[in-house]
Amino acid sequence: MAASAQPKQDLSNAPSVITLKGVNKWYGQFHVLSDINLDVKLGEKIVVCGPSGSGKSTLIRCINRLEEHQQGDIIVDGVTLSNDVKNIEAIRREVGMVFQSFNLFPHLTILENLTLAPIWVKKMPKKDAEEVAMNLLKRVRIPEQALKYPGQLSGGQQQRVAIARALCMRPKIMLFDEPTSALDPEMVKEVLDVMIELAREGMTMICVTHEMGFARAVADRVIFMDRGEIVEQNEPEAFFAHPKNERTKTFLGQILHH
Amino acid sequence: MTDVMPTGERRQLAPPTVETGVFGWMRKNLFSSWGNSITTIVLVLAVAWILSNFLHWAVFTATFDAKSGAECRGHGACWALIREKYRYIFFGSFPYEQHWRPLFAVITMLAMLILSSDRRMWNKRLIAIWGIGSFVTFLLMFGEINISISLILFVALAAGGLGMILRGSIAQPAELNGWRALAGIAAAGLVLRVTGVMPAWGLAIAPFSYVETGLWGGIPVTIILATYGLVFAFPFGILLALGRRSNLPLIKGLCVGFIELIRGVPLISLLIMASVMLPLFLPTGMSIDKFLRAQVAVILFAGAYIAEIIRGGLQSLPKGQFEAADAVGLNYVQKTTLIILPQALRVVIPPLINTFIGFFKDTSLVLIIGIFDFLNTANQALVDPNWAGFPGEVYLFAAFVYFCFCYSMSRYSKYLEIELNKGTRR
Repeated sequence: MAASAQPKQDLSNAPSVITLKGVNKWYGQFHVLSDINLDVKLGEKIVVCGPSGSGKSTLIRCINRLEEHQQGDIIVDGVTLSNDVKNIEAIRREVGMVFQSFNLFPHLTILENLTLAPIWVKKMPKKDAEEVAMNLLKRVRIPEQALKYPGQLSGGQQQRVAIARALCMRPKIMLFDEPTSALDPEMVKEVLDVMIELAREGMTMICVTHEMGFARAVADRVIFMDRGEIVEQNEPEAFFAHPKNERTKTFLGQILHH
Repeated sequence: MTDVMPTGERRQLAPPTVETGVFGWMRKNLFSSWGNSITTIVLVLAVAWILSNFLHWAVFTATFDAKSGAECRGHGACWALIREKYRYIFFGSFPYEQHWRPLFAVITMLAMLILSSDRRMWNKRLIAIWGIGSFVTFLLMFGEINISISLILFVALAAGGLGMILRGSIAQPAELNGWRALAGIAAAGLVLRVTGVMPAWGLAIAPFSYVETGLWGGIPVTIILATYGLVFAFPFGILLALGRRSNLPLIKGLCVGFIELIRGVPLISLLIMASVMLPLFLPTGMSIDKFLRAQVAVILFAGAYIAEIIRGGLQSLPKGQFEAADAVGLNYVQKTTLIILPQALRVVIPPLINTFIGFFKDTSLVLIIGIFDFLNTANQALVDPNWAGFPGEVYLFAAFVYFCFCYSMSRYSKYLEIELNKGTRR
């Protein structure tokens, strides 16, 4: 990772935008999330890591209700998640999400992928939406691809489009679910660079990833999950240098020295 | 020792030359080995033999002009029969001197179908095409149409209500207010009409003499039954398919029940139910036109089949598409109409057109309940004792007409697949 660590802003006085209180979730008998408590400040960048099946993806998918939790409260931007569709839609307008497998809409052009939600959800005039979309495509450095279809783009380009699509709704919070795991190695950097830029601009981010360089560069906090619990959390320096829990040490040993 | 590719331009090799031209192609595909050559020769001879026999019967010894069937006997095909009966076969018992009406009705419907098969027409123009086309078709067929104020108000209320429901979460506010206004004015008008404040008023458009559906026959009947059957069955099937995947147990149960019930019985039994049993349940004095009953039966039957095909398309979509649509904040109607259906329908074009072709031919089953569709009128043409004994000619002719329609649909399916997948594939 080329980007070096830089001093992070002081978040102690920032308001909370996401609060999870005693969240529990089961898939059948399997306890995927067990008693999760988490408080995310406005502008905070959190990296979530942990072994496969530890519940980290489920955790962030609960925040925008792609998964339903069964116990506890999730409060996003002052709205408590419930079964009320209006609540869920209000939260989804404020929360952007980027998936491991991009999930662009293959029957729409890149530009249409970006303008769809602003036009239909925010009722933005088409011209304005296209202007916003083109600016974002410039920011992710692929404006020349605007009229192509997703299938004509490389994985890295598709993932950058997916980030731009989420940003088009001007969200307060961005969730990243292993955004670089499905990419060929030479494309990881172009996506991480966009994410780092976004982080530097002050976006609140929760990112499930194993890119530890990214965590060192931008994270205010690294969270380690295992078996549905938050096992350990700390600032990245301390987290990597002095992991306290045995499970964290084992995990870090496996991913850092191979 | 290291082995590094020299830098600079790599030499591009031309692909190996292959034999081209007609002879090259034949040598490669038809006569590549002894076995292959023998198969080719045997098949060519067999096809030539069948074709020459057929042409001998259908063309060289055929009778094209005759006063009655007796003159045809001892010769090949009796095309004189078709020449004598084609107007009955095409238009059935429709008053003979008025045959231009069904003819223009058929031309109108074909024009409507051809226009709407062009992808560039898939917008608001389509509604205008179908509105005007249907009106002209039925005006020609019936000869007169009575439009009462209640009917207009009812249609306006239905349109406004549907607009509010279907477009509710998609439309811009201005459009939505339009639908609300339409529904509101129509509802107010209906209340005034029912309470008697507004007088009964009707617009009778009667340029021609009235012809009841019992006299309709031949090709217009087949085209109307198939076209309107599928036009209504298609959205109905989509709703059934979506309902079957619903999280609401009641809706899901109703849709599953309906689909399984309809799929579980033959179309003929449904037609007989519509024709014989339905009138028993209606209050005395009230009757629904037999043609309309058959049409509804076809719609229900086709709807169930189309629903299952579309469900297949829905299931073929990756879960990520649903999640991505949710995550950007689209609601259910937006997600379904903008993301899910456009993709699901593309996947199912071949089986969908397959079903359409099947139903076009299945409309011939209405002969069971005494409706004179194209096959039935062809059948009736054989009854004339003057022309008895030439079923082959008539059925061959009917088959040819059916083939023209079905093959056009098949080609259209091919065009649609290519057209809709433009750009989306690498």
